[in-house]
Amino acid sequence: MKFALFGGAAAGALFASQVAFAAPEVKIDGSSTVYPVTEAVAEEFQKAKKGAVRVTVGISGTGGGFKKFCRGETDISNASRPILAQEMEACKQAGVDYIELPVAFDALAVVVHPQNNWAEVMTVDELKKIWEPAAQGKITNWKQVRPDWPDAKLSLYGAGADSGTFDYFTEAVVGKAKSSRGDYTASEDDNILVQGVSGDKFALGFFGFAYVHENPGKVKTVKIVNPKTGKPVEPSMEHVIDGSYQPLSRPLFIYVNRKAAERPEVAEFVEFYLVNGASLAREVGYTPLPDAAYKAAWARFQERKTGTVFGGVPEVGVQIMELLQRELKS
Amino acid sequence: MASISPSIAVEAAVPGVAEIRANVVRRRRWDIVFAVVGFLATSVGVVTLLALFVDLVMDGYHRLTPDFFLSFPSRRAAEAGILSAWVGTCLVMMVTAAIGVPLAVSAGIYLEEYAPRNWVTTLIEINVSNLAAVPSIVYGLLALGLFVYALGFGQSILSAGLTLALMIMPVVVVATREAVRAVPHTIREAAYAVGATRWQATRDHVLPYSIPGIATGVIIGLARAIGETAPLITIGALTFIAYLPDPPISTKPPFVSFDWLWSGFTVLPIQMFNWVSRPGTAFHANAAAAGIVIVVLTLAMNGFAIYLRYRLRKRITW
Repeated sequence: MKFALFGGAAAGALFASQVAFAAPEVKIDGSSTVYPVTEAVAEEFQKAKKGAVRVTVGISGTGGGFKKFCRGETDISNASRPILAQEMEACKQAGVDYIELPVAFDALAVVVHPQNNWAEVMTVDELKKIWEPAAQGKITNWKQVRPDWPDAKLSLYGAGADSGTFDYFTEAVVGKAKSSRGDYTASEDDNILVQGVSGDKFALGFFGFAYVHENPGKVKTVKIVNPKTGKPVEPSMEHVIDGSYQPLSRPLFIYVNRKAAERPEVAEFVEFYLVNGASLAREVGYTPLPDAAYKAAWARFQERKTGTVFGGVPEVGVQIMELLQRELKS
Repeated sequence: MASISPSIAVEAAVPGVAEIRANVVRRRRWDIVFAVVGFLATSVGVVTLLALFVDLVMDGYHRLTPDFFLSFPSRRAAEAGILSAWVGTCLVMMVTAAIGVPLAVSAGIYLEEYAPRNWVTTLIEINVSNLAAVPSIVYGLLALGLFVYALGFGQSILSAGLTLALMIMPVVVVATREAVRAVPHTIREAAYAVGATRWQATRDHVLPYSIPGIATGVIIGLARAIGETAPLITIGALTFIAYLPDPPISTKPPFVSFDWLWSGFTVLPIQMFNWVSRPGTAFHANAAAAGIVIVVLTLAMNGFAIYLRYRLRKRITW
């Protein structure tokens, strides 16, 4: 029986190099941060299409997703940061043009224990002082951050080095991605960080917004001073949308293969994404873009404008509407 | 103790006996100490497994409804299920068993029965043993280059099954060799004496007698493969997939279809991993429920291996 199966598999391998599926398929891969939004859209889209279109979503990470995307293996790539210069080059060499569409915001919250009554507001400089590599082993007490804060051990909780959250936080706070002190409790799983901070009165941590909303009362958020306006800003959806919660919020993107966009199922999926993205993003705990941004993105897609507005260099603290009006480069 | 105490006084008069007695007591004490330490060491494993399992059951049992097994992944934790995951796991395991087992068993029998004793064989043996210790992600990288790209199998169930087949091969080869070696030499000699060829002796005697051991190895290998995530993510396993691969059997001619081999897939541990990292306790309950399914599957497979060994051993009558 087993030998027969083996023979059959070998025969199948000989005859079917790549069997085309009956139902059209939209292949998506990339960032695990964007995944929940795309999953929600894919789920609703498949329901709306009554199974006539198949959508698959993988989580190879933003970088892994772009590798596949630039080889033409996927139709859409989820990205928690803009496409980088070497990825643009890879896409160009393979002849893959792409349409860059922002779909939602991701925001990080700096959190403390609910009984922490001193750290109401923090500046980016203070965060940098705590998290930069030079702080390792040196900045270990709350008093060292601000002299009138208590003389107590500062325990730190943050994302592990393999997560996009870590890359983004270090980029925004320290000024260089992946540059951080190493002596803190790190976890790829934000739920562990929530538990850590909620059980330690002198804790300071950072993680995605959604985890704050899902754990009310367990942790308290810290207002972050916007470096441009100098005003402390409460981390909330509305402040993310109006662009004042900076630098700890960033847009998330999908990149659509220009050629794949010719296929009706891909075009319909993108339209469905931009029309329903706001409500679905909100439902999975993400912050939606302002309506005008979805409209501008839809216009960009309809005109099939390819390229990226970032030119291969990630930025911190960008305004979404300004982004959508910038010139595209490829 | 009280009953023997009067005699101690008598024996104490003879120094030799007292010394021996003390010596025995001392050595006995060490015997007991080790028994206790050994028992504790054993309990650590059992208690940990039990604690983990009880924790999983407490978190996840209420999600183990028929709907959970019949629903696709969803953004709503209460509606999400493991249909595509368990079907994917079953199909991948089928490919793994169908390809890995014949290869590994043949290799094991060859090495034990046929291969000449020289440095090439020794080299192969050392390599096989070392392969068992290679981290699974390395198999994933190999498979990505070989199956996914070089052979063009793509991110399919076939690629995944082949990857895990490679991964379980060393375990099954080693188990096969152990089992074959345990068959007494007299059996082979008796077969040769009546004119059997080496293949006849192997097929009619050695192989049937070693099947219990081989089956145990196969199932332990599959039980290891069922929990693998890293190599499958590397070769491009999906996370959201809300359709099932084409069925292998259909009502229309030619009745059997191998299209499912080319389908994208996800497996239980990947689905579980995705749920663990989501915000919200409802998803964690789903992850725990998926965890129960994996643990029960693994335990069931191990139990089946033990049962099989017991049943088949009873049939051997030499």
